[in-house]
Amino acid sequence: MKNSMKIVVVGNGMVGHHFVEQLRSASPQADILVLGEESRLAYDRVHLSEYFSGKTAEDLALTTPEQYETQNIRFLTDARVVDIQRDEKQVVLESGETYSYDKLVLATGSYPFVPPIPGNDQDHCLVYRTIDDLEAIQASASCSKVGVVIGGGLLGLEAANALKEAGLKTHVVEFAPQLMAVQLDAGGGRLLREQIEALGVEVHTDKATTVIGKGESCRYALRFADGSSLETDMVLFSAGIRPQDALAKKVGLDLGQRGGIEIDDVCKTSDQNIYAIGECALWRQRIFGLVAPGYQMARVAASDITDGELQFNGADMSTKLKLLGIEVGSIGDAHAKTEGAMSYVFEDQPNQIYKKLVVDSDNKKLLGAVLVGDTQDYDTLLQYALNDMVLPEVPESLILPNVGELAMPAAVLPDSAIICSCHNVSKGDVIGAIDDGAGDLAAVKSCTKASTGCGGCAALLKTTFDNELAARGVEVNTDICEHFAYSRQGLSDIIRVEQIRSFDELLAKHGKGLGCDICKPAVGSILASTWNDYVLSPDHVSLQDTNDTFLANMQKDGTYSVVPRVAGGEITPDKLITLGTVAKEFNLYCKITGGQRVDLFGARVEQLPLIWKQLIDAGFETGHAYGKALRTVKSCVGSTWCRYGVQDSVGQAISIENRYKGLRAPHKFKMAVSGCTRECAEAQSKDVGVIATENGWNLYVCGNGGMKPRHADLFATDLDTETLIKYIDRFLMFYIRTADRLQRTSVWMDNLDGGLDYLKQVVIEDSLGLADELERQMQRIIDSYECEWARTVKDPEATKRFRQFVNSPDSDENIVFVQEREQIRPATQAEKANKLKQLESIDVRQLETEEA
Amino acid sequence: MQWTTICSKDDLVKNAGVCAKYGDQQVALFLCSDGQGEEVYAIDNWDPVGQANVLSRGLIGTVNDTLVVASPLYKQHICLKTGACLENVNSNVNAYSARIEGNHIQISSSAPA
Ligand code: SRM
Ligand SMILES: Cc1cc2nc3c(=O)[nH]c(=O)nc-3n(C[C@H](O)[C@H](O)[C@H](O)COP(=O)(O)OP(=O)(O)OC[C@H]3O[C@@H](n4cnc5c(N)ncnc54)[C@H](O)[C@@H]3O)c2cc1C
Ligand code: SF4
Ligand code: FES
Repeated sequence: MKNSMKIVVVGNGMVGHHFVEQLRSASPQADILVLGEESRLAYDRVHLSEYFSGKTAEDLALTTPEQYETQNIRFLTDARVVDIQRDEKQVVLESGETYSYDKLVLATGSYPFVPPIPGNDQDHCLVYRTIDDLEAIQASASCSKVGVVIGGGLLGLEAANALKEAGLKTHVVEFAPQLMAVQLDAGGGRLLREQIEALGVEVHTDKATTVIGKGESCRYALRFADGSSLETDMVLFSAGIRPQDALAKKVGLDLGQRGGIEIDDVCKTSDQNIYAIGECALWRQRIFGLVAPGYQMARVAASDITDGELQFNGADMSTKLKLLGIEVGSIGDAHAKTEGAMSYVFEDQPNQIYKKLVVDSDNKKLLGAVLVGDTQDYDTLLQYALNDMVLPEVPESLILPNVGELAMPAAVLPDSAIICSCHNVSKGDVIGAIDDGAGDLAAVKSCTKASTGCGGCAALLKTTFDNELAARGVEVNTDICEHFAYSRQGLSDIIRVEQIRSFDELLAKHGKGLGCDICKPAVGSILASTWNDYVLSPDHVSLQDTNDTFLANMQKDGTYSVVPRVAGGEITPDKLITLGTVAKEFNLYCKITGGQRVDLFGARVEQLPLIWKQLIDAGFETGHAYGKALRTVKSCVGSTWCRYGVQDSVGQAISIENRYKGLRAPHKFKMAVSGCTRECAEAQSKDVGVIATENGWNLYVCGNGGMKPRHADLFATDLDTETLIKYIDRFLMFYIRTADRLQRTSVWMDNLDGGLDYLKQVVIEDSLGLADELERQMQRIIDSYECEWARTVKDPEATKRFRQFVNSPDSDENIVFVQEREQIRPATQAEKANKLKQLESIDVRQLETEEA
Repeated sequence: MQWTTICSKDDLVKNAGVCAKYGDQQVALFLCSDGQGEEVYAIDNWDPVGQANVLSRGLIGTVNDTLVVASPLYKQHICLKTGACLENVNSNVNAYSARIEGNHIQISSSAPA
């Protein structure tokens, strides 16, 4: 291709955006212009429904203006292309502006089909495709009680879920005799219907709507061909999509008989300079209404423009979804239309599960499958179907329950097997990424993009990755960074065995260079959990992240937060008053945290020692909210007050919190103690959870909230307090010694060879003979505990660091607060600019009066 | 070259940063010592990514032998000698010539050679 080739892309939906990314990475110089009709840049339409469960437009965005700008991609939003002058090779916007192109790419997607029912154009008759549509639906739902979705396909059911979430009495009206007629057979459709009705959504099949008229109890009434009718306040059409081919039609490109812009195997239309990709494109008389095939087309078109050789060969239309909380999967030939096809059906009515396998006439290959209520086998079945793998002797074993653990075929998959169809990543690509140094799943994701589209392949990707690593044993590079050729565990062993007490000593003996922001805090943490020296001593201070250096968490504007420990969440009125008094004196923002304590925000660095001095004097201690250390031990009120409590959970939580406070670890860790099985302290979402029983305490380990929640595993039951503490000591120390840097206990467990059973052997049965040593190390840390803030406020050398300027008593002028809900918050950049402007204008006026 | 003394060497912290005022500007000063020699570096304290005056509070180290500070907010790395940001050229900051003269730390507004 020519260096300065001008590429214009019409439509900035998912596929148009993917094309832009592909083209930019293939050709850094191409002049790319994106013209999109919507008011925002590309967003994730596949997860559109999550808008109703709290996702915002920003969460869904696939890019930002800044990102496009840094990639040097020109773009216009609210820019509808209304004409293409093919001879002059230019496009015309609604505004009349024209832009010329060398190659034009149509990625105009599709639009929702609204059946020609009289009355379909009234207020509160809506469709479901864009964020703007969602906003309209939300507005309409807020003044409606009943809603109807017309169309019982995949999108219709998603839309029904949205209405139900919005609190509306919800109906689904379907023309065909069953739901999801494209993907499911009659049996699957029936079971799906039963489950949906059980959720309170009414399903009406075999109904042809003839008119939307005025209602009696509701805004409207739908009248059906069979004479029946249905009252509703709003109507959502989800009766299928139509390719958006109006523009192509207008300028005479070849279209299919039922619409769609015809393309060849490199995605070219009948005009050699125009490509069409995504849902607007028709390939061999087929439209592909899914994102993965669209992405493939985007790759093919980008490749063709940059003289590559990719071709589009069709795509798999299998889908796995959760609709209204019900799992549904459909693979290949679900309707057994292939000649000679036979099927196996398994139905479990009590548990509402339906599974069907469609096999070829030799009973050797899988052609299709339908899964409703349980899609656990989806990945496995899909791989059988896509890779033409020979079925087991007894094919039905693939869908029958309790016939032994079904091995995921990841290990036996050929390298060509597609793991992620959205981004066309094969097993070979994953292996390639590992060969090139991707040492963890995140790295594999970021370099192959696998699992960053619809997310459906996440489980398979992980198994593939794990298998591959297992197969290579220890070949993976676990060096912590360029300065030390050791893993965190290796460094931890060296420090303990050689009794190394400082970073400089470790670096001199075992490392090179000066260290960096990866190895320094990690070594700081290992030193702390081995020797527990004061973290701000001259030997250690330069190792700490800013949060540890200043014993407080840095906020976005460079101020800090102050979080005193409130063990177990129990606090006296006097202490509460102190917190209020201090917050008032220093004008700090107050918030109750998710960890049962109080956070005071907006402290300037020079104020920290003054604030802490007062807190320490009132009996508070540091809460280590800044450290990779114990955060909180959450408690519920327990047997002291609660009528259900069976043990004193508050007392236990306080004693546990005081035991482990200040203990530094590879990552932060959290604990909780609940007074009975109702679990009000949410112990099962913590690194260490304790739940009271009639006979003692149950211990749970390796739970996590946060980004990837994990339920804790039950580790031991009915323990007395002494054993409970012994196990927690061992568990924590073993984690501290063996985990990777920044690895929470949950991830550590998921990567631990031998898993929970192994951990039980080490901790409970002492299989490594380490138990005594682990307990001793823990005891040493506990015995040497000292509140870092108490020590710091007494130490003039240490407080010296808490100065904004070493050569001036001024404070940082860039820190500006404004009032909101009667407290301070950081001013935005705009507010700061405004304030400056106000200051300037005041100055001017003052000058004038002075002159006058 | 014009040198201005802005603080004393005792104000610095070995292998870490502090902030000093230089006229109206905030400058981050770093004292780097590798056991053999000591060197002082000066760059803007303003973090153009985080939009706050915080670079003096970052961790220092080397990345592929380039001496850097990692911003405490979003962790981008800034070269102490040139002020160049390793991740994004749009986030470079100013670097200043700096030297240790006895117990004085001096800087000059001209960029380091
Ligand atoms: C203040 C608080 C939010 C609140 O207003 O309630 C908070 C605030 C922060 N959280 Fe949190 N988290 C707070 C409770 C939680 C909880 C709830 C809990 O502890 O019960 C969770 C989920 C539970 C869990 O961790 O398993 C939580 C999961 C996270 C995560 C994700 C961790 C993960 O494993 O996925 C991060 C990021 C990280 O640590 O890497 C994070 C990081 C942060 C940081 C430190 C982000 C940062 O680097 O600036 C925030 C700064 C705190 C500050 O400036 O003081 N925070 N954070 C809560 C402080 C609790 C406390 O008293 O110490
Ligand atoms: C609620 C919902 C759930 C879905 N769930 C899934 C799923 O689970 N899995 C899956 O694979 N797929 C799913 N899909 C389908 C998937 O979103 C589409 O396949 C994909 O978005 C198609 O991308 P596209 O770029 O071709 O079209 P679109 O994303 O529709 O983008 C086309 C863009 O072009 C613009 N445009 C049109 N004409 C013009 C013009 N003349 N000038 C300028 N701009 C124009 C449009 O405004 C639009 O922004 C779902 C779709 C919806 C609506
Ligand atoms: S967990 Fe049990 S004891 Fe604790 S508050 Fe809840 S019901 Fe009461
Ligand atoms: S299959 Fe959609 S993200 Fe991998």
